[in-house]
Amino acid sequence: MADGAQPLGTWLRLAAGGAAALVAALTVVPLGAVLARAGGVVMLGPADWAAVRFTLLQSTLSAAISLALAIPVARALARRQFPGRGLLITLLGAPFILPVVVAVMGILAIFGRGGLFNDGVAALGYGRISIYGLGGVVLAHVFFNLPLAVRLLLQGWLAIPAERFRLAAALGFGPAEVARHLERPMLKALAPGIFATVFLLCLTSFATALILGGGPRATTVELAIYQAFRFDFDLARAAALASLQLALCAVTALAAARFAVPAAFGTGLDRPFARWDAQGSARRWLDAGLIGIPALFLLAPLAAVVLSGMPGLVSLPAPVWKAAGRSALVAATSTGLTLALALPMALAVARSGRARTLEAAGMLPLATSALVTGTGLFLILRPLASPAALALPVTVAVNAVMALPFALRSLTPPARDLEAGYGRLAQSLGLTGLARLRLLTLPRLRRPLGFAAGLTAALSMGDLGVIALFADSDRATLPLELYRLMGAYRMEDAAGAAVLLLALSLAAFWLLDRGGRADAGT
Amino acid sequence: MLELDRLVITQDDFRLAADFSIPKAARVAVIGPSGAGKSTLLSVISGFFRPESGRIRWDGQDITDTAPGLRPLSILFQDQNLFPHLTVSQNVGLGLRPDLRLTAADRARVDEALARTGLDGLGDRRPGTLSGGQQSRVALARVLLRARPLMLLDEPFAALGPALKDEMLELVADIAGETGATVLMVSHDPADALRFAGLTVLVADGVAHAPRPTAALMADPPEELAAYLGRPG
Amino acid sequence: MRTTQVSTLIVAGSLAAAPAAAAPVLTVYTYDSFVAEWGPGPAVELAFEADCGCDLQFVATGDGAALLARLLLEGAATDADVVLGLDTSLTARAAASDLFAPRPATAASFALPLEWTDPTFLPYDWGWFAFVYDKTLVDTVPADFEALAASDLKIVIEDPRSSTPGLGLLLWVKRAYGDRAAEIWQGLADNIVTVTPGWSEAYGLFLEGEADMVLSYTTSPAYHLIAEGDDTKAAAPFAEGHYLQVEVAAKLKSTRNSELADRFLNFMTTEAFQSVIPGTNWMYPAVTPADGLPKGFETLIQPEKTLLFPPEEAVSVRDPALAEWQTALSR
Repeated sequence: MADGAQPLGTWLRLAAGGAAALVAALTVVPLGAVLARAGGVVMLGPADWAAVRFTLLQSTLSAAISLALAIPVARALARRQFPGRGLLITLLGAPFILPVVVAVMGILAIFGRGGLFNDGVAALGYGRISIYGLGGVVLAHVFFNLPLAVRLLLQGWLAIPAERFRLAAALGFGPAEVARHLERPMLKALAPGIFATVFLLCLTSFATALILGGGPRATTVELAIYQAFRFDFDLARAAALASLQLALCAVTALAAARFAVPAAFGTGLDRPFARWDAQGSARRWLDAGLIGIPALFLLAPLAAVVLSGMPGLVSLPAPVWKAAGRSALVAATSTGLTLALALPMALAVARSGRARTLEAAGMLPLATSALVTGTGLFLILRPLASPAALALPVTVAVNAVMALPFALRSLTPPARDLEAGYGRLAQSLGLTGLARLRLLTLPRLRRPLGFAAGLTAALSMGDLGVIALFADSDRATLPLELYRLMGAYRMEDAAGAAVLLLALSLAAFWLLDRGGRADAGT
Repeated sequence: MLELDRLVITQDDFRLAADFSIPKAARVAVIGPSGAGKSTLLSVISGFFRPESGRIRWDGQDITDTAPGLRPLSILFQDQNLFPHLTVSQNVGLGLRPDLRLTAADRARVDEALARTGLDGLGDRRPGTLSGGQQSRVALARVLLRARPLMLLDEPFAALGPALKDEMLELVADIAGETGATVLMVSHDPADALRFAGLTVLVADGVAHAPRPTAALMADPPEELAAYLGRPG
Repeated sequence: MRTTQVSTLIVAGSLAAAPAAAAPVLTVYTYDSFVAEWGPGPAVELAFEADCGCDLQFVATGDGAALLARLLLEGAATDADVVLGLDTSLTARAAASDLFAPRPATAASFALPLEWTDPTFLPYDWGWFAFVYDKTLVDTVPADFEALAASDLKIVIEDPRSSTPGLGLLLWVKRAYGDRAAEIWQGLADNIVTVTPGWSEAYGLFLEGEADMVLSYTTSPAYHLIAEGDDTKAAAPFAEGHYLQVEVAAKLKSTRNSELADRFLNFMTTEAFQSVIPGTNWMYPAVTPADGLPKGFETLIQPEKTLLFPPEEAVSVRDPALAEWQTALSR
């Protein structure tokens, strides 16, 4: 009927363009600066290609397993209501927002050599299982990313208008028919993007892969970059590896955009969400298991982190509290910035219909090497101002851009639905500019915006963008303080700081995501 | 007067030509087989679809490139005429000011429009809690407040029962009468056309024909219309 | 009225600014843990500023390797007057950069297990790498690498590509076993639980019970003993000898505060600096304080033999040794 594409307003064009430019400034430009300093790239050696192969293998496995497990879990969560559901959904997000080292310690407290799981296995008379190796890497990546995939999918389920489920009930659909007519089209629209996101997240994994990989077999591209930079100070090789990583990201993101099939569920009248399918006690028990087992898998390591940190929490040194305040400030600022970048990009992608490049640009931060970005920024900014003075602004900007892919993943599909459902009506009424933002965009996108804001705040609290070269020793953030404590034998204090960090991140997530929970019922 | 000046609409292998004008304050039915392009024609007039060539003028003023919201018209779609997250009053208020910064006087006008369309006391409800007929009334209340000189109806009442649909058409007639609006209404039902519209535009075989008096047209249908009506020509 | 106010402000401003402008600023680049509240930084700054008439400013960057990377990136345009926190695995590459000036002559007598002759880098603390274990959990302590490889003890080590202790272990095995290093690594492969990016992760895993032993320093048990009153941790003495790590400081050639920089380097060999080191950095001070080492250090093992590659040789054996390590552990 209409030709889909709506004209982009000037402000939207400017805002989306500016956002894309900032993304480039924090991804491609720093890489270019490193390349320029290195005077070119070098050919990669066999060890580098081995690292590329291992990275692709573990990323593919991690993404496939995370997604495959997330689908039944999200489906069970979408069709069940029970007390504490909202709390559980928030808590399930925790692994994703924890600093890697803390989360790995939690995993090992359960699945490690002396972990509870192995104690249990041993008590049953079986031999202890070693987690270290490819299996451990994938296990940890699933631990980190399953919650993200579940949340993104859950959003997809909740975005199917209640009217469609009502129609399904009226037609006597059972779970199989609901899956075929409602859930599968939704998955076709969302799954490629979620797969790509998790894949790219795992692509740049470094500490997790190394600690749980058990040795040099588990060398990832990011570790190879680290080695090139620190061990050899070989900027050319670091830049070559980072370029390869970015190219892999671009290909993955474009492929995901290509394979995503818009679901076109149309819109509903915001009727209360209710489900009539999947009744019966067998299905209830099945769903209870589908929710309970992953919850145990995700929450047990967290519980271990909390238990080991409680004693240290009471006696935390004063700088840790100050750092916590600073981190909260960084998180708040980054969140504002991320939303200011993500919303115009998502709306531009939704309105222009064919904005794969813009969509792919939004994924780039996922595959940038923190080390190379930090080095490039340092090369660019150092002639302009003291790196210590720039520490907090750079941390805020890098955090905001690093969180952008998640915000876009959460915002773009509903923004598309919004444009498809109400774009014409808004246009016919002359609802434009700020009025449209206030009366249509913000209220209708409240749920994904809340989720995106919560995720960004939590991620920034855990500092995606710790960049050693810019670190300001007098104004450290909480994660940096945590690493400092660990580096000074103060493991008990570090464990306490980890609990504080976890609590702050979850609190930020909880507060901002409330919109999502309110709609999700319970 | 609405002028469609040598308008050509193409979409893939679909093609529709229109070259006629519609007098002011006329009530016109747009009738024709499914897929002939009735909705597309309204889409082009309302600015959601760009014609291949030709111009659209209202009162001599070229509106071909005007944004939909700035055209001198109100349109009601088959569905999605209301924002589900806004209250009935807000949905109607959008007709006065799209930014909803309403003065007390504006609010009074909204209440008046609600009363006029039989929606007294429902202002704070959301569309999801209303019946289909009530939802149509909300959309019509907004059309009333917008008071644009041209009304386009793309079968907004198709889902209503016959009695309710008649009621809505009467309401449309009243509103059009009050505001002196020209009405273009897509219809499947010759009876609606006969009762409601003095003129009828037949859309068939790639052409939107110039309007003819409905009664005469129905009495002596051309071949295409006869086929559509299921009567021998 | 307005003019008076403005001029008053200017006068007040210049009065306030005057002493600060007169005091020269000495910029010292160091690694992050040096300046932490519980590190040596705060006490060192206080002591030096007490009589230098200057403003000592620490700029902290990650760890030693990141510190050198930053200096190499900045080149001669660096703001640093002094760098503090390179170690013996980094000095050869640092020297090759030609960024550093000779150190001032010092009368201090270094308490290092080897004679220190480097003309550029000034040692301020040192330690031996060692495997640390829990005495209550390990019954038979291996006496050397071969015994460790033959045992079924589980160890966690650091990656030589990303951490100083990891590199130290690589050079330790190479120095002790030369051509047999690959064989030793193959023997150790089934003892290694995992390889971590840095010391913190490895030590954390050890304390969580993931491994029986961790690659750390002979001085690590002193922290547990002195700070926590826990005497269960010990380092295993190895018959091959223990590899040495010496932490050093140096003056930048590009400094505009050359005299002040020399004064700071000299200060580093004095009691005021050296007495802070054992209880904050948990390493041996390069110059033994008059009162000796803190109580508890006497319980630490004293290796009979100290191993260290000369800086240039350390660079040349590094890459082949890494290749051996990777091959042996990738089987």
